[in-house]
Amino acid sequence: MSSQDIPEENLPAAQDTSQGAVKLADEQNPFADPGLPPHEPRVQDIDERAAKRSERVVALLFTVSMLATVGFIASYVTIPVDKSVFIWPIGHISALNFALGMTLGLALFCIGAGAVHWARTLMSDHELADERHPIEAAPETRAKVMDDFRQGAKESALGRRKLIRNTMFGALALFPLSGVVLLRDLGPLPGTKLRHTLWSKGKLLVNMNTNEPLRPSDLVVGSLTFAKPEGLEEHDHEFQTEIAKAALMLVRIQPDDIKDKRSLEWSHEGILAYSKICTHVGCPISLYEQQTHHALCPCHQSTFDLSDGAKVIFGPAGHPLPQLRIGVNDEGYLEALGDFDEPVGPAFWERG
Amino acid sequence: MKKLSARRRHPLAALVVLLLALACTGGLYAVFAPADKAQADETAQSLTIEEGKKLYTVGCASCHGTGGQGTSDGPSLVGVGAAAVDFQVSTGRMPAATSQGAQVPRKKNIYSQAEIDQLAAYIASLGAGPAVPTEEQYGPEGADAAKGGELFRNNCAQCHNFTGKGGALTHGKYAPSLEGVAPKHIYEAMLTGPQNMPSFPDTTLSEQNKKDVIAYLNAVNGDETESPGGLSLGGLGPVSEGLFAWVFGLGALIAVAVWVAARTAKAKKS
Repeated sequence: MSSQDIPEENLPAAQDTSQGAVKLADEQNPFADPGLPPHEPRVQDIDERAAKRSERVVALLFTVSMLATVGFIASYVTIPVDKSVFIWPIGHISALNFALGMTLGLALFCIGAGAVHWARTLMSDHELADERHPIEAAPETRAKVMDDFRQGAKESALGRRKLIRNTMFGALALFPLSGVVLLRDLGPLPGTKLRHTLWSKGKLLVNMNTNEPLRPSDLVVGSLTFAKPEGLEEHDHEFQTEIAKAALMLVRIQPDDIKDKRSLEWSHEGILAYSKICTHVGCPISLYEQQTHHALCPCHQSTFDLSDGAKVIFGPAGHPLPQLRIGVNDEGYLEALGDFDEPVGPAFWERG
Repeated sequence: MKKLSARRRHPLAALVVLLLALACTGGLYAVFAPADKAQADETAQSLTIEEGKKLYTVGCASCHGTGGQGTSDGPSLVGVGAAAVDFQVSTGRMPAATSQGAQVPRKKNIYSQAEIDQLAAYIASLGAGPAVPTEEQYGPEGADAAKGGELFRNNCAQCHNFTGKGGALTHGKYAPSLEGVAPKHIYEAMLTGPQNMPSFPDTTLSEQNKKDVIAYLNAVNGDETESPGGLSLGGLGPVSEGLFAWVFGLGALIAVAVWVAARTAKAKKS
């Protein structure tokens, strides 16, 4: 808003400045409160035409908001949900999403912008100092309150009728117990659930992709396969709970490249079965590099060397990945030779 | 000249000079960079192992050994199969530069398809391995994209991201973006496991499974893929979305607030 067309007598310099009289520091009072600076009017305060313009701008913003809301409802009703449009630079986008977002955003923005413009240009902007009153109540009020309290205490006879007093204390003391009892629902403790998975001796290793039991010849050197225990189906009620512990990652490495002796013993012809759950905070870990035999966790970059007993070679994980002991049954299928010998996943308080 | 010298202190002058310098460097590089090897003529040549061996001796033997047995500079190619050759050479990864970094990148292919077929025939003759897949195996007919999405999230998404945008691995290695990769090459990569990628042989990820995965990638990462929500921000998930909301969303709000407060409504003459 330019100030070019304001009549000379309306400029701040010509206005009455008495309300903002400024005290100056002097010898007696070096820290004088300078008070508020003189009030300066806005263009709209002194020029009715400018005020009228502001009014029209605010009204226009509110009108645009109304139109945008109508547009929102119209888009919702008319645009089919699967219609797609190309909008530069976003690309192919759902026409309905775009229309709803734009109209809703415009409607809200115009309400806000209108309100801000209204407050800044038309509402009163006189600076007001609102002095704090003292926090302490007046002496007579305080005396009255104390009198009322003493009278109330006397009339209740709390000091004299001891039975009422004691039973009341009892009731108040017992009442919170109901809340304490409800805390039982935080339990029961997991017990040994964290230490066991669905794997047990003789369970077949079932390919997650094909739902078929795996044979050693299915896994070539350098391949990566995910397996679940036989009998666990994806539509089972407990599937998520069980696979969260039992998820298995199968890799095949040349037996000569396996450095860890126990790891080699627990493998079958170089097929190693490791828990897929990171021992740091339990992310599924399967970023497997077949040349380096490293498995990387996508969450915190813990890196395990699968050719060396899944030892942690980088990152925050505290334990190697648990390995499942596997063998081959009479029919030539891969089977587990027992459960994991340690809890899978992240450490917990009683893990030991 | 005077005009130019008057403008050299313009705030944008540095930017202009930088752009000019970049354009010059790029142009010079394009002129002097080693030109691609001459393409062999496309005349129908019989796919003979002999022809492949000749090409192999020229382009591959220095690293992979005279008989494909491998050297300290390159692995043995016995038994990798024609699919591996087709993938590595068609995507320009092979032949690799003598001093590559953590990983051999995708680059321009310098062989014709006929030459690649000859090379593949020669390598396949060294030991049995997966053959180059046919259109029927990786084409869209009979594929189930929904099942493919399930398989992709279970087997591939950990490295390649949920929609195949790629991601970082250890020590500068990375899982490349699958955008614009030919279905045939995706199929070959699953089959053979190039570089640090594990392989997913037909015995663990069946032919139908591979077809489904390719159909899924084409649905979420193809040329015609729509992004109903608007800006996909690289499809990288909550990190880029959060960064965008905090930097640009909140940034815009702060900028507006500062702009509103900085403009005085007073009728001061200044």
